[in-house]
Amino acid sequence: MAKKLMKGSEAVAEAAIQAGCHYFFGYPITPQNDIPEYMAARLPQVGGCFLQAESEVAAINMVYGAAAAGARVMTSSSSPGVSLKQEGMSYLAGAELPCVVVNMVRGGPGLGSIQPSQGDYFQATRGGGHGDYHPIVLAPSSVQEAVDLMHDAFDLADIYRTPAMILADGIIGQMMEPVEFHEHAKRELPAKEWAATGWDPKSGRPRAIVNSLYIEVDELQELNDRLQARYAVIREKEARAELYHTEGAELIICAYGTVARICKSAITLLEKKGYKVGLVRPITVWPFPEKQLREVMDQPSVKKAVTVEISAGQMVEDVRLTVNGTKPVEFFGKPGSYTPTAEEIAEYIMKSMEA
Amino acid sequence: MTTVFKKTPILTDAILHYCPGCGHGIVHRLVAEVIDELGIQNRTVALVPVGCAVFGYKYFNVDSVEAAHGRAPAAATGIKRTDPNRVVFTYQGDGDLASIGAAEIVHAAHRGEKITTIFINNAIYGMTGGQMAPTTLVGQKTTTSPYGRDEKHCGKPIRIAEMLATIEGSAYIARVAVNSPANIIAAKKAIKAAFQCQLDGKGFALVEVLSNCPTNWGMSPVESMEWLEQNMIPYYPLGVKKDTTKEV
Repeated sequence: MAKKLMKGSEAVAEAAIQAGCHYFFGYPITPQNDIPEYMAARLPQVGGCFLQAESEVAAINMVYGAAAAGARVMTSSSSPGVSLKQEGMSYLAGAELPCVVVNMVRGGPGLGSIQPSQGDYFQATRGGGHGDYHPIVLAPSSVQEAVDLMHDAFDLADIYRTPAMILADGIIGQMMEPVEFHEHAKRELPAKEWAATGWDPKSGRPRAIVNSLYIEVDELQELNDRLQARYAVIREKEARAELYHTEGAELIICAYGTVARICKSAITLLEKKGYKVGLVRPITVWPFPEKQLREVMDQPSVKKAVTVEISAGQMVEDVRLTVNGTKPVEFFGKPGSYTPTAEEIAEYIMKSMEA
Repeated sequence: MTTVFKKTPILTDAILHYCPGCGHGIVHRLVAEVIDELGIQNRTVALVPVGCAVFGYKYFNVDSVEAAHGRAPAAATGIKRTDPNRVVFTYQGDGDLASIGAAEIVHAAHRGEKITTIFINNAIYGMTGGQMAPTTLVGQKTTTSPYGRDEKHCGKPIRIAEMLATIEGSAYIARVAVNSPANIIAAKKAIKAAFQCQLDGKGFALVEVLSNCPTNWGMSPVESMEWLEQNMIPYYPLGVKKDTTKEV
């Protein structure tokens, strides 16, 4: 299929539809309005339903209902709106319901800014709402990757009966890049026998109860054991990272999303000056690609790691947990919405390597 | 021997957890009988709330979804929109619907969402132990209005049925009570009309049911029914507040 020049948010919306998502519930917030706007135009054309909810809270609960009925469903928002969705995310996780949530992250805290940020990493990867749970969190660094990851997000959500999140930023959402909507390999997905669709007692299936209430200690334990066992499988099988110029590197940058692309430009600058620097770019930030990062960091040539983020240092905690004190881990970045340039990153790395 | 009454198959055999004398049991039966009489069990999905009816999924013998506090109308919307042929109802109390879920119920009505809501108004938070609700009467003592609800401090009780009747998207709105056999018969009629409204695709339907809470009101079941009659009905008048279902 020919490449098409598309805005990130619109490409993400189209990818979702092509992945079989015919239901979208959302609420306007900058910088992701192109997603609901695209859905409002396209979903009626494919026999689906777009509905603008009265709030983010209502939107995620509409998602909860549609997911409970077994539909492929999504919502999208940006940081302050995603905070409002956290209650629903916890219920979705607790009721073991699949769905996809897109967060085009903007600066915070509070109303923050509308420029890109990576300040929602903790919220996304630690669960965000109440209770012990994790959504699967995918972090694209290009519009093409965002398109490809939408398919994965829906499939992984269905396979593991969990919410999945696309953690992108305002740049991914707003920039235009060439994209290709190619055929994706069909995964074998479990039947949604648990869905509440209306029950005929003669049907043979048990009556569906979609629920996250387990008032007895033992029953709640069972749910949590089931979730944790599932998370262990996800950690084992689904962690993904891109390794860039890591072989023989003396310093490893760890960065995700748009920032990782800027880091690649920084590496080009550094290589011209003879520095050996590589990049580990987590594609899944939950599960964090511990194994991939550890293997790279275990190379004798590697002296230290530098994590680069548009935050006060959030993913750096996962990097430090992974490296576990064996080598120094530094942080470069600023909270808010300041996107560092390749030159600034290169300068920091050079100083760090000379130190 | 002639059978004059038997339990509807739309109620399971699970033993209700409600307190002795509570009206929930009556309303559960009425809703279940209506589902049975309309022959819609196989396409009905129940949305149960957070509150005393939180275990509703154990009792209604239909596919059921437990919603977050106040969010049942939004979750019901998600279910209904994925298949308009489904019959979707929410069963919510006054803390759930009139307080934390006020936005969700107003906008479900505003969209003309083709769902049915059974709203239990017993003027108190039952499950959490008797706190003041938006529907608590002026002067009524609760654990968070220990000197009686003071309208200067926290306003007067909200009349949900009248409020929702003003919204264009609502098609059938009624208030009933379950304090006497005559009122229970009228309540069932209203509940049936509210389901029929959905089946006919007319719009949003809600039945507000005045009910009792002997435990948290600190009364015997009989006293509580008398209190409902004497105090609640004068403030919350019974009747059909809006019915556009008969319009051509």
